Amino acid sequence: MDITLPILILAIPFLMFLILGIGGVKMSRKLAGVLGILGMGSVMTLSYVVALTYFFSGDAAFIVDGVRQQLQVFDVTWLAFTDRLVVNIGFLLDPISAMMLVVITTISFMVHLYSWGYMEHEPGFQRYYAFLSLFSFSMLGLVVATNIFQMYIFWELVGVSSYLLIGFFYKLPSAVSASKKAFIVTRFADLFMLIGILVLSWYVSQTPADGPLGGASAFNFMMLNSQPTNVLASTLGATFMGGSVLTWAMILIFVGGMGKSAMMPLHIWLPDAMEGPTPVSALIHAATMVVAGVYLVARFFPLYCIVPDSLTFITVVGAITAFYAAVVACAQIDIKRVLAFSTISQIAFMMVSLGCAYNEPVEGVHYSGLGYMASMFHLFTHAMFKALLFLGAGALIHAVHSNNYTSMGGLRKYMPITHWTFLIGCLAIAGIPPFSGFFSKDEMLAAMFSRHWFWGAWMTMVAGLTAFYMFRLYYLIFWWEENPEYKNGHKPHDAPWQMSLPLIILAAVSCVAGFIPFGELVTFNGEPYHIHIEAPVAATSITVAVLAIALATVMYRKKNSMPEKMKNIWPGLWTAANRRFYWDEMYQWVTHTVIFGCICRGIAWFDRHIIDGTMDGLAAVTQFCSVKIKGMQSGSVQTYVAWYLLGAILLGAITWICIL
Amino acid sequence: MDLNIFWYLVPSVIMFAAGVYGFITRKNMIAMLISLELILNSADLNFVVFNRYLFPGSMEGMIFTLFAIAIAAAETAIAISIIINIYREVGNSDVASVKQMRF
Repeated sequence: MDITLPILILAIPFLMFLILGIGGVKMSRKLAGVLGILGMGSVMTLSYVVALTYFFSGDAAFIVDGVRQQLQVFDVTWLAFTDRLVVNIGFLLDPISAMMLVVITTISFMVHLYSWGYMEHEPGFQRYYAFLSLFSFSMLGLVVATNIFQMYIFWELVGVSSYLLIGFFYKLPSAVSASKKAFIVTRFADLFMLIGILVLSWYVSQTPADGPLGGASAFNFMMLNSQPTNVLASTLGATFMGGSVLTWAMILIFVGGMGKSAMMPLHIWLPDAMEGPTPVSALIHAATMVVAGVYLVARFFPLYCIVPDSLTFITVVGAITAFYAAVVACAQIDIKRVLAFSTISQIAFMMVSLGCAYNEPVEGVHYSGLGYMASMFHLFTHAMFKALLFLGAGALIHAVHSNNYTSMGGLRKYMPITHWTFLIGCLAIAGIPPFSGFFSKDEMLAAMFSRHWFWGAWMTMVAGLTAFYMFRLYYLIFWWEENPEYKNGHKPHDAPWQMSLPLIILAAVSCVAGFIPFGELVTFNGEPYHIHIEAPVAATSITVAVLAIALATVMYRKKNSMPEKMKNIWPGLWTAANRRFYWDEMYQWVTHTVIFGCICRGIAWFDRHIIDGTMDGLAAVTQFCSVKIKGMQSGSVQTYVAWYLLGAILLGAITWICIL
Repeated sequence: MDLNIFWYLVPSVIMFAAGVYGFITRKNMIAMLISLELILNSADLNFVVFNRYLFPGSMEGMIFTLFAIAIAAAETAIAISIIINIYREVGNSDVASVKQMRF
């Protein structure tokens, strides 16, 4: 493939960031907005061209005998430290990166367009578009990374742009602390990822430099993924706490993904990240950046498969997180928080599906492509309908000027477009056919059932909870009891066209995306996987979803006292769920009481008394000496000369004596 | 009687010692300046003498002395102007009256 398009895909958002970031202050809002939208629109077009060429052109470079190929469009040496430590920058094209190009640029374009209406009156409009471009650039660089280092660099860049955008309203203390929290938590997780990368590359680079894994190949995804047995062999013999080193390395790399994808116990930053502008939540904290963890596991999938313990770890973490987040989402008042926890839960779904994409080895290593394909499928459909839900929430917040459903209610009459698109999003996430969420969720559940019935049953329950809390949210916003304020004075209304158009487009995509023959396009080994709906699984999940929706309808369609009664059966549980089971308080306790109070106090004492004391002592001695000898600088020139003469004579005498 | 190098160097040493003595003991800044000139002249004399006796074929020492004399004249002009300024400030040219330039 010609390298022009791939380079442009990365260069345009970066240039847009520079232009808007440097020249933005001189621009009018309209010019900055149009530039940002046009830039992202062109990147979207180019990405579509690349992805469609990759999937459908049938070129021998992309598909050989029905097997889709991985190819590096370009891969240039960027930093060559030693002959073993070489960092490359490149563009990797394979089914998942092509799919991610489509997802990222589509959602990013929708958000660019939407923000034009949503952010219209906010100060710093140009800066906002610059940051959006930076994020798009980083995320595109992340998904097309050819090696671990490139991925790590862009991984940190998306973290930075997430930080900048969460803290966009930098005058609000809550936004500032939320952005710091997000950055510190994800950075803390990335520390483990870095350790994992170092452990992996240390052992892999022990192989001969001219061997299959020597030099830059030790970090290259294609080289690593095409020979997992060699990678395993290079780490054989080394164990740590009963696990093989490769298992530990892969788990540590996954911890980085846990931070970005908000898996328990590193999920605490995502709900707070909702302090950012709502379109940002849709782009970064629902559709693209938070699925980077899933993408990471998918990228390393052959290595994860060869150490199945790490996949079990992923499954367990995902299953716990999915359930926890779903329960918490049932008791939130802020609509963006409900969506945030729903995102956590859905990403955990994808994680479990990836973790279940491995069957007991039959002959050597045996993969089950279903879980992988389903996870990627859900990543795609979830990005679309979750972005739709967030943008819908943005339209609601724009109209009502509050994040809480308590100041909404009965909005369906006032905001018909938002109502219908939001309903489509809810139906999609609940898994009602023919909306997209049903197809991907069905495949995921089938993969889980094929691994073990327990995971299938557990995640079906979570799917039921998903349907329940989404429709609870839907009814509380659009039905329940009409807020009396709407009658007198302020009447909420649908958003302007820049905001409604993305909603309609995404709703349309959510209706039809399920019919994409995803198994033919994206699989772990490039071979097509023929999707077939498994009737028992589909029937179960539809039944559960319909029952949950029916329950939500009974409870929340019209104002009644049932929710209050249910809450009062066990008020402690509701409060605990509302307070997110006190995870933030636990972190607060650990950081403030344990780390700051006990460990840091000693370190602070050492710093103040030993380090500072040494420096203060040096200064005090110098001052003491200078006070004592300052009388020598008397201002009397003749005294100086006398001393100088004395010294010269002494030196002369010493020299004389030495020579003699 | 042969005029060897010491006939020149001994007056130079005497001039140097007298200059140093005068620079340290005189209180009047003009007198100190004159002492300073003595020191300079003794050094110039040494240049010329060493050039004449050690490297009879070359002229560098002589030329250098001419430069030194010119620069010494410029220095003297600066020194005189500084002394005049101090005189205007404190009303005399006593070096002990300049006590501001200390710690």
